[in-house]
Amino acid sequence: MKEIRIAAMVAAALAVSAPAFAGATLDAVKQRGFVTCGVSTGVAGFSNPDSAGKWTGIDVDNCRAIAAALFGDAEKVKLVPTTAQQRFTALQSGEVDVLTRNTTQTLQRDTALGFNAAGVNFYDGQGFMVPKKLGVKSAKELAGATVCVQPGTTTELNLADYFRANRMEFKPVVIEKLDEVIAAFFSGRCDVFTTDASQLASVRATRTQNPDDYVILPELISKEPLGPVVRHGDDQWFDVVKWSLIAMIEAEELGITSKNVDEMAKSTNPNIQRFLGVTPGMGKALGVDEKWAYNIVKQVGNYGESFERNLGKSTPIKLERGKNALWTDGGLMYALPIR
Amino acid sequence: MTAPTATTELKPPALSQGWLGWARENLFAGPLNTLLTILTVWLLLATVPAFIDWALLKAVWSAPTASVCREAAGGACWAFVYEKHRLILFGLYPFEEHWRPMLVVVIFLAMIGLSCLRRFWTPWLALYWIVALTAVGILMWGGVLGLTYVENERWGGLPLTLILSVFGIAFAFPLSILLALGRRSNMPAIKALCVIYIELIRGVPLISLLFMASVMLPLFLPTGVNFDKLLRAQIAIILFAAAYLAEVVRGGLQALPKGQYEAADALGLSYWQKTGLIILPQALKLVIPPLVNTFIGIFKDTSLVVIIGLFDLLNSLKASLVDPAWPGFSAEGYIAVSLIYFALCYFMSKYSQALEARLATGHKR
Repeated sequence: MKEIRIAAMVAAALAVSAPAFAGATLDAVKQRGFVTCGVSTGVAGFSNPDSAGKWTGIDVDNCRAIAAALFGDAEKVKLVPTTAQQRFTALQSGEVDVLTRNTTQTLQRDTALGFNAAGVNFYDGQGFMVPKKLGVKSAKELAGATVCVQPGTTTELNLADYFRANRMEFKPVVIEKLDEVIAAFFSGRCDVFTTDASQLASVRATRTQNPDDYVILPELISKEPLGPVVRHGDDQWFDVVKWSLIAMIEAEELGITSKNVDEMAKSTNPNIQRFLGVTPGMGKALGVDEKWAYNIVKQVGNYGESFERNLGKSTPIKLERGKNALWTDGGLMYALPIR
Repeated sequence: MTAPTATTELKPPALSQGWLGWARENLFAGPLNTLLTILTVWLLLATVPAFIDWALLKAVWSAPTASVCREAAGGACWAFVYEKHRLILFGLYPFEEHWRPMLVVVIFLAMIGLSCLRRFWTPWLALYWIVALTAVGILMWGGVLGLTYVENERWGGLPLTLILSVFGIAFAFPLSILLALGRRSNMPAIKALCVIYIELIRGVPLISLLFMASVMLPLFLPTGVNFDKLLRAQIAIILFAAAYLAEVVRGGLQALPKGQYEAADALGLSYWQKTGLIILPQALKLVIPPLVNTFIGIFKDTSLVVIIGLFDLLNSLKASLVDPAWPGFSAEGYIAVSLIYFALCYFMSKYSQALEARLATGHKR
């Protein structure tokens, strides 16, 4: 009798754990009725809570787009704040379905950690900011400079590598806290401040009275492609995540915005008709509603709108589109064809 | 001309009387003392007026946007704290439901205040706490009585800090008494278990316990089986606090004269009667200062849940600091939060002093 009870408990435990194993994240998410996304505990413009505790940012929009595609409702999301250390465990253990948490995609993370990168929603890279009065035009002229940098990240290693590769000397000023390293730079303790370019722009826009006195040098010394990440083992779920992001970019390419999407639905352009589900087929192939892309654009907006709303000129971060412009405008954002 | 007679009262030297005398005695008693006094005065003059100037005189108390505040203020911009106070106090709890965590904070503070009054030290108090904690659970979770359900991933701010520390202390304290008694037990197995537990837990920092609970544990469980992040952190805090408190309690047990134990034995009391009626009341009274010391430590240690992504008071402040619309007000934010921490810790410390004074029957030196 006792053995039977134990066997039953083991079976029950296995039954609980089965859904996430068998490549059925998609089914589990559909059954649950909302998408669980891992976000940061606060990175301005990517995922941060506003004064009312509502999350905003391009990573949050990415998550909402997935919910819009699956459920036709961008609000059916649960955002789980994760720290840099626990984010991968949260994904591996099934606590979250997808990480939309400014995570750099690398070979190691793809293979050893068992993840799949489902596209790139922000091309970042490490850059340098200097006071304009130094007259420096290129990072190649920085020999002998004092550089403010935060320790313990790849930032510090990239910096050393770059100067060694270019046979230049530099004096690092290593400061742990972001606030303090910024204060050190603006008070003139170092000539150069280095971190990811998106952060440089945000710091310049918000932490000094005279943003025009500082320039961000054109060189990027590392590649930091940020984007959504899912577990190995559920290709269907991977597809939904991947194409939800592509749909946002494709919408911008097609000129469809949250404002004009209803008019665009009347368009005779076959690409737009396919995209918005006027001509059915795409939704069925993806395993979601035919209106999936319509819902994404209507409720979340296209990639450009999301970028402008969270990082662009109208926000305090005032980030240029740069590498994140559409490929037709000289950037890297390139939507795979939806057909 | 009258010569002073022997009976004329001479005034003592002016330098040894009144405020001058006091100053000479206490501030300028020797070269080192004088130097320290001058140094302290200089330090105070250098910092206090500047701080008051920054924090009060030149501060801006309300402003519609960050840039307005920054331009208007030569000093602190407290408008930031006003703008963000709900996020800081209640974290990511749904905005329109904030009255619920607000009420929870009131219940907690009221219950803590109540428990401090000797009048309420009856068995009823346990019942009050059960009722209060049920109310807290209902308010925070909801899902009944027409309250919307709020999963505990969204709990945050001051209520979360209070929950973590109150539950942490409430469960760790009894556990620590058992551990302390166990460590002094004559039964080798129990003694060994308690020693191993205390030394193992005390040997690692809380931050690594939290990390184990939140990062390693889920990897050992089968995929898809999750138990709650908050619960994991709470258990880690309880286990950690219990190990520290156990040693404090053991200190009290050691301090009792052996005669007390022997007298209790001679009266024919059982082990639990002896412990409950004779030993513990005296031992715990002795260790009130280090107990409160540890309580205060635990209360502040709860802020370490930052590393596992729980939004306690400190972490919700951090989240409010990264809003691009209100950037760069970390000094104001940290000062505001530290005032809350200070108020609660200061209360604990003051109360413990009062308690010591009241219970000082025969030990006071």
